[in-house]
Amino acid sequence: MSVLLILVPLALLLGLGGLMAFLWALRSGQFDDPDGAAYRILIADDGTPKAP
Amino acid sequence: MADTLALPPLGTPAARDLGAYVNARADGLQQITLLIEGAHCANCIARIENSLTAVAGVKTARLNLSTGRLLVEWQGLANQAGALAKQVEDLGFGVRALDTHGPQDENTTKEKQLLRALAVAGFGAANIMLMSVAIWSGAADETATRSLFHFLSAVIAVPVVAYAGWPFFKSALLALRARTTNMDVPISLAVLLSVGLSLVQMAEEGQHVWFESATMLLFFLLIGRLLDARARGRAHSAVSRLLAMRMVDATIVNDDGTTTLTQADMVLPGMQVRVPMGAQVPVDGTITEGQSSFDTSLVTGESTPMEISQGGAVYAGTINLGAPITLRADATDEDTLLADIARMMTAAEQRRGGIVILADKIARAYVPVVHFLAAAALVFWLTIMAASLPHALEITIAVLVITCPCALALAVPVVQVLASTKLMQQGILIKSPAALERLAEIDTVVFDKTGTLTLPDLMPDISALNGEQQATALALASASHHPLARALASHLEGTPASLSNISEDPGNGLRAEGGFKLGRAAWVGADETAQTPAPELWLSMPNAAPLRIPFKDELRPDAAHVIQRLKDKGLKVILLSGDRPAPVAHTAAAAGITDWQADMRPDAKADYLQQLEAQGRKVMMVGDGLNDGPALANAYISLSPASGADITQTTADIVFQRPSLKAVTDLLDIAGNARGLARQNIGFALAYNMVAIPLAMAGFITPLLAALAMSASSLTVTANAFRLSFWRAS
Repeated sequence: MSVLLILVPLALLLGLGGLMAFLWALRSGQFDDPDGAAYRILIADDGTPKAP
Repeated sequence: MADTLALPPLGTPAARDLGAYVNARADGLQQITLLIEGAHCANCIARIENSLTAVAGVKTARLNLSTGRLLVEWQGLANQAGALAKQVEDLGFGVRALDTHGPQDENTTKEKQLLRALAVAGFGAANIMLMSVAIWSGAADETATRSLFHFLSAVIAVPVVAYAGWPFFKSALLALRARTTNMDVPISLAVLLSVGLSLVQMAEEGQHVWFESATMLLFFLLIGRLLDARARGRAHSAVSRLLAMRMVDATIVNDDGTTTLTQADMVLPGMQVRVPMGAQVPVDGTITEGQSSFDTSLVTGESTPMEISQGGAVYAGTINLGAPITLRADATDEDTLLADIARMMTAAEQRRGGIVILADKIARAYVPVVHFLAAAALVFWLTIMAASLPHALEITIAVLVITCPCALALAVPVVQVLASTKLMQQGILIKSPAALERLAEIDTVVFDKTGTLTLPDLMPDISALNGEQQATALALASASHHPLARALASHLEGTPASLSNISEDPGNGLRAEGGFKLGRAAWVGADETAQTPAPELWLSMPNAAPLRIPFKDELRPDAAHVIQRLKDKGLKVILLSGDRPAPVAHTAAAAGITDWQADMRPDAKADYLQQLEAQGRKVMMVGDGLNDGPALANAYISLSPASGADITQTTADIVFQRPSLKAVTDLLDIAGNARGLARQNIGFALAYNMVAIPLAMAGFITPLLAALAMSASSLTVTANAFRLSFWRAS
């Protein structure tokens, strides 16, 4: 019983953390452009893309 | 478009004045959103963004590849927007300014809200289940543990239901205020009742709570809502792209003689507007300087150019084929003839919006029945079976939950989203999910001729030219923006002859040093008696007789085959055209159509369709020009090729992008498939209800079982819809 008092709130906190992370990602626009994100990984830091 | 002349590209030598589309941000930066055409890959993103950020003062340049929108923020003046837009155009992309308050943006906000609600409901359901499963597996033998878990479930459930359930509660409240009910009323009732009863049970340290049922219910319902919003969102983005394309260029002549390049909606009545050769007339007006021939097909349906001189009226949407003219704007923006026709089409569209889609029809009948059954169950158990109030309420909740139209709410949207995706893979854009349902009821197909059955570009017949003559023609034609010259240049192959001093004589043709000419018959010196009304160019080589290059409409590659397929399906096929009888008869014969009408003006086409409608026929109209607009709006469902006039694309329910007419049969196939699947899904959902409701009313089902059963039915319905992805083009 005492173990539950620690573990259950801990599980809930972790779950809440996951939810907050998702909502933050949604708000910061990370889901706005799935097609573009797929292509941007091909662009090197100096701005020139590698051959696809 | 009757004369099938392609519009010149939007970019012209000067930069546009896009000041009206620039937002000034609170921190002093200027911001604009541009719609980019032609960006498809990493290279495009990098080139556009890098070229813009290299400009001094530009802080952000971000291209969203999914929507085609480019956001640019810079430190400076609003009127620098035009130069920035031109920079992107010079890279080879199409650029239009965007009004960022269109319907698509509202839909995106709604989608985001639904996604957030879904995430919260998912979190809630999962974490409450964590504890519920523990209770069911026996951890609840001690009352203290069980009460703790109930309490924790309540702590999670109440805020989750309040946030995730809000879309449903709001919709139910609105419906009740309007004294009707919709699907959201029983859903809200079920959720609120189960949470309320569970809270009471928890306070009394009772045995059963149903927090997990309520949150799971919301989770699955939200999936259905989100899919529905996505389907509409995709449709809207097609529309907003087309709406943005209505922003045509206009060159205003200022009082001091200088010109300003801007967009058509910035022109006011009384302003002087210059219309260069090959450009679309941006506003209705009277010619004050110059005379020219115009392609009025967009408005009148006539394919032969019309000569209009000083003092004559020209209309927005027509194309200046000859010399540049200056006109005084009479009616602009919302007041042009073009806008009138658009309004006529919108009005007809709204009339069509009254057709209630299947899912709504079912909802109207379903909801009162659900309420009645739930109330009946409550009364029955309280009185006849003399159960305690909590027990009776538990059964009522089970009935409400199990009748929750989850499967019904998902049955049709899932199929529609999948069908739209499938169609998009075939290059077909559907503007609204309701169009899919209407497609399956078609019994007549009406085609326009030019640009619809025939390819949008005029094909030159170069059979009379030998290699050297073709090379000469290519050299001359490449130097002009005139639509006929461009069609010729794109059709000719090989290397152009090297000619010097190529110059264009506006309205007549092109000439080069040495006596080479390409242009009108009279100017070139050809025999005028043999003239036909068809578009043509004459090539004159030095010391030789002029050669004629006629242009003709070419039937789309598989038009005849498609028409045959349509007839095999039992559909009646009709051809309506604004062109003269001879070419229409010829095209009809080549395509295999026996019912045809020629010389039809826009209102005549619309009348013909209304007659068909009066006969009880459901008509699909396929057209591309503005002269098809009113007819398209009057059809039961309308289809336009992407090469069609912008306003026609905006009115049409469906736009197809590939040159093949096979889109028509693919569309009917997929729609038929989708309808079959949607019906299966609805049938299954109803059958499930018919089995589950008596069981629930008899008290055999707890709310939890109800929630599980309902979720299972939703998943089955979704899985069934995925059978659509097995469809392959034949």
